[in-house]
Amino acid sequence: MRYVSALRILGAVALTAVPAFASGGGGEIADPAHGWDVLWEHVLLDLFIIGGLFAVVAAYWLFKYRADSPTEVGTGPTLTRAQMFGWTLIPAFIFMADDFYLAANGWTLWNTYRTVPKDALEVKVTASMWSWSFEYDNGATSDVLKVPAGRPVVLRMTSEDVVHSFFLPKHRVKEDVMPGRVTYLWFYPKEAGKTYVTCTEFCGAQHAEMNADVEAIPAEEFNTWLASAGAKAAPAAAGEQPATAPGSAL
Amino acid sequence: MKEWIFTTDHKRVGILYLIGSMAAFAVAGIMALLMRAEQFNIGLGVASEPTQYNTWLYFHGAAMILGFLIPGLTGFAANYLIPLMIGAKDVAFPRLNALSLWLFWMGIVVALLTFVIPDAPDIMWTGYPPYSVKTAGNTAFYVFTVHLIGFSSILGAVNFLTTIIYMRAPGMGWMQMNVFVWSLFTGLIVQLVFVPVLAAAVTLLLFDKYLGTHFFDAAAGGDVLLYQNLFWFYSHPAVYVIFLPAMGLLFEIISTNAKNRPFNYNALIVGMCGIVLITGEVWVHHLYTSGMPDWIRIGQMVTTLMISVPVGVMVISLWGTLYKGAITFNTAMYYGVSCLFLLLLGGLTGIPLAMTALDLHLSETSFIHAHFHFIMGIFAAFVVFGSVYFYFPKMTGRMCNEALGKLSFWLNFIGVNVTFWPLFIIGVKYGMPRRYYDYARIPEAVPYHHVATFGAVLVALGITLMLVNWIYGAIKGPKAPENPWRSASLEWTHAASPPPHGNFPAPVTVSSDWTPYNYK
Ligand code: HEM
Ligand SMILES: [Cu+2]
Ligand SMILES: [Cu+2]
Repeated sequence: MRYVSALRILGAVALTAVPAFASGGGGEIADPAHGWDVLWEHVLLDLFIIGGLFAVVAAYWLFKYRADSPTEVGTGPTLTRAQMFGWTLIPAFIFMADDFYLAANGWTLWNTYRTVPKDALEVKVTASMWSWSFEYDNGATSDVLKVPAGRPVVLRMTSEDVVHSFFLPKHRVKEDVMPGRVTYLWFYPKEAGKTYVTCTEFCGAQHAEMNADVEAIPAEEFNTWLASAGAKAAPAAAGEQPATAPGSAL
Repeated sequence: MKEWIFTTDHKRVGILYLIGSMAAFAVAGIMALLMRAEQFNIGLGVASEPTQYNTWLYFHGAAMILGFLIPGLTGFAANYLIPLMIGAKDVAFPRLNALSLWLFWMGIVVALLTFVIPDAPDIMWTGYPPYSVKTAGNTAFYVFTVHLIGFSSILGAVNFLTTIIYMRAPGMGWMQMNVFVWSLFTGLIVQLVFVPVLAAAVTLLLFDKYLGTHFFDAAAGGDVLLYQNLFWFYSHPAVYVIFLPAMGLLFEIISTNAKNRPFNYNALIVGMCGIVLITGEVWVHHLYTSGMPDWIRIGQMVTTLMISVPVGVMVISLWGTLYKGAITFNTAMYYGVSCLFLLLLGGLTGIPLAMTALDLHLSETSFIHAHFHFIMGIFAAFVVFGSVYFYFPKMTGRMCNEALGKLSFWLNFIGVNVTFWPLFIIGVKYGMPRRYYDYARIPEAVPYHHVATFGAVLVALGITLMLVNWIYGAIKGPKAPENPWRSASLEWTHAASPPPHGNFPAPVTVSSDWTPYNYK
């Protein structure tokens, strides 16, 4: 594994920016959070190599070239014109190659993050100071984000007051939520389990407390819950006309 | 006293900038300690309510950047050193210079009023609307602080650019200037171009909040993102207004103490100019999670990563300056050397943040908090501290205590690492958000916060000893030799310590083969 990464980096230096985090073949859903973990490890390795190299060189030279007498002066080279260009263009080229390598991989993962799988469950999110509320297709609302395990979820989000940011640390994703715009993100709760959403755009006194439970439950259980929550919402919704037609509001 | 208040001598102006910026640093540092104490455990601790924490944080961020780093580098260091380094008697417009100093001090006073006015600003140094418009906090004080200090920096930029262009000693070509002079030249161009944008953005906040306009009010057809774009269009370049002069000053320290001319000087200058060209094209990396169009987030990932090219060239130059040097280690050099490592740490952790997809997890977490402290806060602050030690004999004619200097250095250096490494870890691992006084959802992070708070106490000790050393040294320190570090730069070879008004006993001229780095 390590060797593969090292090779990739060598490859990058040779200017072969190979996207290594393609969105997974074979119809399987690519989980961005997993892609994040993989890419993070590679980037970390890349950084350790560059940082380690520079750190070791600095430490070695600081030790090796310490002055022996207080009157000594340095004997650093005077560069010829060719050396001057060499010492500029070659490092610039290497840094640029690494940049392209990182950018290519970053872009691939980005596409995974932004391409919502077809059968994703859609939930509307409304943020306000300082709480989250979730609304489902059938009108059901909840202050806990309940989702079926094993199915991707896409959130269409807006805010009633100030800028907030919807952050799911476990799923390694966030996106700001603001008045006047609808933003989206999607995540993939593979298995049943509990996590939480928390706000990461400063929004006032309770910013640090603006969190809510996120529960992934087995699909049948979710369907039952949704149906009963929807039934409860329906009579209320029938009575009042929504202020804005869904979707057109923003 | 009166000669100091009404002074137009660039050296006194510089020292008054230093005093003002260290005062801002000290008060902002106390806020940092209070915040670290608050984060020590889950639940309200030292703050009486959350808004109090937010006010500390507002003051800490605004004062560290607008009150400490920018004035420390483009106020103190620029004022004290530019005319001396280029062999001029003073800056081009000495009275304008005094005016920018006064505006800066007024900015500091207005910022300090945070602690006495009712409903202090609680909008963070970024002041994002609609919150900054809706809050009960006094946003106007934030806006006035930015206006005063911004106006001061614009005047300063005009003044120094003119000074550098027109007042160099006869014979001094562009490629014979000190690296620090070049770094300011490039940094101040950035300053001059972008500060007005910030001033405009915050002025619109003022209009929205107090005059009933709707620039940022979506319900009335305004746009929330407009402010964020304007703000970062300035504030990203602003990090280079800090970074470039800090690099320049670092070169002076490293080069003199390694007795080696800066490696590949020409490339270094090209690198600095390269940053000026790129810096206006990357601000969207602060808006990766702000709902900007996907294509622009990707485009700006590429331009952001490209910054590593000019910065990399500068880093090669910095490292090369050590090669075959004759390196001596004094307190200034301790800070200089530590900056090499801070630069690596802070610079490289910026790379995952530049990658849009990775930033979706990392942004607004304590990872970013640690990243910008290392590169912007600590790297630049350590350069300022190192430069005070380095130019101390020049400014005061006296020496500081080396043993105390080194002891306080170690406290500072170990302290910042103990403080910020845990924050890197919990940012990645648990997604610990920043700007949180409380973190009830993340009990696993408690031990890390304990360590971080302990580190901050070490830093507080180190800074206190450092200030004691400076004050004692300025009054009672032993007399300094004329050129204690054997520098070859004009301020040491041609001027007394401290230099009198007018700087040089006779007009300075330099020959075509003169360089400020010709060590003997
Ligand atoms: C080693 C001493 C320092 C310590 C212990 C420290 C600590 C802190 C703490 C606890 C926060 C609040 C984090 C949060 O609630 O998320 C913070 C934020 C910040 N600090 Fe520092 N800090 C130090 C030095 C500096 C320096 C030298 C700068 C100079 C640029 C700086 C700039 C900032 C900025 C810009 C913020 C963010 C403000 C905001 O979120 O609006 N800090 N720091
Ligand atoms: Cu919030
Ligand atoms: Cu930036």
